[in-house]
Amino acid sequence: MYSEKVMDHFMNPRNVGEIPDAQGVGQVGNPKCGDIMKMYLKIENGVIVDAKFKTFGCGAAVATSSMATEMIKGKTVEEALKITNKAVAEALGGLPPIKMHCSNLAEEAIKAAISDYFRKQGIPTDHLEDLACGRRCDDIHKAREDD
Amino acid sequence: MRERFVYLDHASTTPVRPEVLEAMLPYFTQKYGNASSLYSIGRESKKAMEEARIKVAAALGAQPGEIYFTGSGTEADNWAIKGAAYANRKKGKHIITSAIEHHAVLHTCQYLEREGFEVTYLPVNEKGLVSPDDVRAAIRDDTVLISIMFANNEIGTIQPIAEIGKIAGEKGVYFHTDAVQAVGNVEINVSGMGIDLLSLSGHKFYGPKGVGALYVRKGVKITSFMHGGGQERGRRASTENIPAIVGLGKAIELATLDMEERNQKLIALRDRTINEVLKRIPHVRLNGDRQRRLPGNVNFSFEYIEGESLLLMLDMKGIAASSGSACTSGSLDPSHVLLAIGLPHEVAHGSLRLTFGEENTQEDVDYLLEVLPGIVERLRAMSPLYEEKEGSQCTVKK
Repeated sequence: MYSEKVMDHFMNPRNVGEIPDAQGVGQVGNPKCGDIMKMYLKIENGVIVDAKFKTFGCGAAVATSSMATEMIKGKTVEEALKITNKAVAEALGGLPPIKMHCSNLAEEAIKAAISDYFRKQGIPTDHLEDLACGRRCDDIHKAREDD
Repeated sequence: MRERFVYLDHASTTPVRPEVLEAMLPYFTQKYGNASSLYSIGRESKKAMEEARIKVAAALGAQPGEIYFTGSGTEADNWAIKGAAYANRKKGKHIITSAIEHHAVLHTCQYLEREGFEVTYLPVNEKGLVSPDDVRAAIRDDTVLISIMFANNEIGTIQPIAEIGKIAGEKGVYFHTDAVQAVGNVEINVSGMGIDLLSLSGHKFYGPKGVGALYVRKGVKITSFMHGGGQERGRRASTENIPAIVGLGKAIELATLDMEERNQKLIALRDRTINEVLKRIPHVRLNGDRQRRLPGNVNFSFEYIEGESLLLMLDMKGIAASSGSACTSGSLDPSHVLLAIGLPHEVAHGSLRLTFGEENTQEDVDYLLEVLPGIVERLRAMSPLYEEKEGSQCTVKK
């Protein structure tokens, strides 16, 4: 059900861990839904020089965390903010439809971590509030019922 | 490449026994007659089917005339519940079942609710047991059916079936039991246990897939399931699947014949797995009742990790198992059974079901115990819910 690339990033996840002196830390998800992603960013002069993550979740959640951290390393925070869940899923060779919501988590974790960085830097984050609202289980349930 | 393959998902399905396959084979190519035909190969098919019926009846303590072959256990559940509900609509519209039934029962009951029936879903205790007192209290004048599973497919809890059957008999309410997980694993006697309707499925006890049976006590009123020819005394039309029925008969005969011996072996595998995992891995709980459980069933919850990840890693090591996590159930909610026994969502997501079968050995348990702790540790190291402090003290970050 998973592509080879997803399985590779699941079995050999890149960038697992924590960054003790991270400039930005973001956590999204909910244990009730079965997935939580926590992302740590080391940012120098507006560039993400290192990214690490810890994830509680399924194969797709781990693989998207791994891929997302790979994708943002070396990018400026502005560039990283433009990374979409779709781009993460595509970089993994696609995800099964029922797992697409896991890729939202990766996008939101990046945004939550950058938002934290902005706050610490005293940079206004008004334009980010909506993006880093954190996904809620109930919303997804509702969205799925509406389908 | 994989070092080995260890199949620990027998509650999901079992391999066909070689003796069963051997018994089935002639009915595909040589003895292919339609059991409704009067010439020799037709009569031969009919005879083989009736012999299978006798074997199923013998395994349940029933009469052969009370056994109807179906296409699956799910079909038998659908037939029993809808059939009893529709045939007794004049008496009432109330059905009693439990919160931990298989979806074949739950979704059938939900369908009937949409058709105007009322359903009481009895709760279970923390071990997954239905209380006979709750059953008694739930019975109303208009109750037409009680449907309580014999043994649970996820946590293996064996229900007090004889007690419930007695209550149903006293109150004059039909009692159906989904015995798909129990047949071949637990002693069953339909008359002694007061069972009016019982569903079973061939592939759960080393028979073929695509065949099941429904026991209907003589005199119990249910509507016909399939309308068409006169097969199964006109109750379940369609040309009989003779090879599968022969296989089911052979499988149930073998399963009941060596049940005690096999169960002793399965219980040894089960209990060693339970004891060792609880001893070797911290933050793990056993789901279900320690004693009143199916001989081959083990169900754990590993805190701070998610079940699908666990299954994928076990699969990479050649171990086939299952989980009640949302990701493996194909929905966003974890197993309704684990929630019904009171597990918080996050703990239910970290469940692992291992179900042993007759080909498993103590070496398989050795192998499982060798790889499982490392996998759990690896996933926990990756989990933001779990943080290991210096030494062996573990704390949880909320």
